[in-house]
Amino acid sequence: MIEIKDLHKSYQMGKNSLHVLKGIDFTVKEGEFVSIMGSSGSGKSTLLNIIGILDEADSGTYTLDSVPIKNLNETIASRYRNKFLGFVFQSFNLINYKSALDNVALPLYYQGVGRKERMERSMYYLEKVGLANWAKHLPSEMSGGQKQRVAIARALAADPKVLLADEPTGALDTKTSYEVMELIQQINDEGKTVLIVTHESDIAEMTKRIVFLKDGQIESDKPVNQVRASEYV
Amino acid sequence: MFSIERWQEIFEGLFKNKLRTVLTGVSVASGIFILVILLGAGNGIQNGIQKQFEQDAVNRISVWPGITQKEYNGLGIGREIQLHNSDYTTALTLLSDHIEYKSAVYSVWSGNMVFKKETGTYRVEGVHPDYQFIENASIVKGRFLNQSDIANYEKHVVIGQKVANDLFKGEEELLGQELSISGTIYKVIGVFTDPGGEREESRVYIPISTAQRAYSAGDKIRSIVFTLKRNADFDNAVAESHEFTQKLETFLRARHTIAPDDKGALHINNSLDQAKNIYIITGGVKAFFWFVGICTIIAGVVGVGNIMLIIVKERTKEIGIRKALGASPFSIISMILQEAVFITVVAGFSGLVFGLLVWEFVGPSIETDFFTRPEVDFNVAITTLVILVVAGAFAGFVPAYRAAKIRPIIALRGD
Repeated sequence: MIEIKDLHKSYQMGKNSLHVLKGIDFTVKEGEFVSIMGSSGSGKSTLLNIIGILDEADSGTYTLDSVPIKNLNETIASRYRNKFLGFVFQSFNLINYKSALDNVALPLYYQGVGRKERMERSMYYLEKVGLANWAKHLPSEMSGGQKQRVAIARALAADPKVLLADEPTGALDTKTSYEVMELIQQINDEGKTVLIVTHESDIAEMTKRIVFLKDGQIESDKPVNQVRASEYV
Repeated sequence: MFSIERWQEIFEGLFKNKLRTVLTGVSVASGIFILVILLGAGNGIQNGIQKQFEQDAVNRISVWPGITQKEYNGLGIGREIQLHNSDYTTALTLLSDHIEYKSAVYSVWSGNMVFKKETGTYRVEGVHPDYQFIENASIVKGRFLNQSDIANYEKHVVIGQKVANDLFKGEEELLGQELSISGTIYKVIGVFTDPGGEREESRVYIPISTAQRAYSAGDKIRSIVFTLKRNADFDNAVAESHEFTQKLETFLRARHTIAPDDKGALHINNSLDQAKNIYIITGGVKAFFWFVGICTIIAGVVGVGNIMLIIVKERTKEIGIRKALGASPFSIISMILQEAVFITVVAGFSGLVFGLLVWEFVGPSIETDFFTRPEVDFNVAITTLVILVVAGAFAGFVPAYRAAKIRPIIALRGD
């Protein structure tokens, strides 16, 4: 699903160049559930942004679902994001003046799906995350866990190949974190490829494979015995 | 651009941010409102001035002699030039192609008039029948002078409304009454009104032949007046009237041995030239109003642009989210552009309608002689609408470009 070879990325900070990713080789197969860990500044978010086509690598190759991601213009990049990827962010990033249902429907809108079908499909995913009763509510009327579940429903709405989550539990308390992780585990159980960036080891333990990043390089990459979040809930 | 889905998306954004939308709209609406008010005022002034000129036939040319101020062909300075009937008839045969109405005039500034116990002093003009049309006078009772009045030296008089009001107070039937003018008895055959008002209605008209005989003037005339055939094109009309004036002047100067550059000896007044000057002035006034109005709109548009920029800034994160979810730069640009155009058009249109309503209801109550029909015509309204759409697009362009440049990764960072 994801194939990355010798990926380099540096940022220009004034006169200094900051080498963030120093040759990453990384492969994710379909249906995998991977967490990327590392201290802050290790390059894990940068890696996720590159995988999410929100950022571009300086050198190296990146292939997503057999499509080479290289030198894309903004229009094509946005189309690929829409088609291949679903995003979940630490700060939810819902549009605050849109209801939960409209937020979930947004990726479908950009896919050109008609209004009626859009609403039906969005409702289906809201039900899936257990928020069907909250469809008409604005994000400001919801708790953090609910917002993140709306965000997950939105990420799934366009039926992407890969779900990318950047610190999805970073803004949530432990109990809510586990609820959200339980949901993500269910999604993975259904066969969706999931990539999570986190710095919390208990969250990482709930995935099936942990990749440690240190100073822009992969320090370790090993499968783990998945801890089911439901055990804690 | 015309996708219903996109409009729904835009309306949602606009309706859920009402205050922002209203504030943006007000600046444009007031700009257009001011433009419409200014243009209406410009039209009002132009119409008013035009009406003042329409009182007399616009393409009127009058000639009256003076005293020579230059020596010419052995003749000295200070010679009084006198026009005669023959000048008038010869000029007529020479220039008949262009002439619409013509009249020679023998006038007496103060004619003492007596009717029963009422007396007054009014201007007496001996004229030809066409003079009615040259003055734009209209008959309210009886008739104007005719050719047989002239031929038969009839002692007939057509009196102005003011004269009728002054001297014939309480008389039921004016026609046929006998009016004494400078000691001679005339029969009233008509009453006229003149759009020039009281000043022009304080006159009486008698046949020129009668006037010349009554005031022992022989075949002398004071002035000659022509109007030219109308020409739809103003510039052509001016050119034609120039040509006519040239010919007339050359003819009269040669006939009376006047130096070609002696301005004092022969006066020719070409009303079209005056009209043209006035048109240029009113054109200038209008252009000025357009200029001020457009500047106001520019201020409004800059305001909208400014607000849209703030909106884009405020919505940076939203735009970032949209892009992460698959919004193409084009869809972002068109979203911002359509929003800007929509706000300017709707707000501008309300300003336009409001301005038109103001002129519709307030306009009639502030009309004066020099300010009539202050209205904005359909074409101008359409022009303003086009300006609005362009302005809206213009106002939205920079913010939209900014929005398209937003990189989702930066927009989503830092919170």
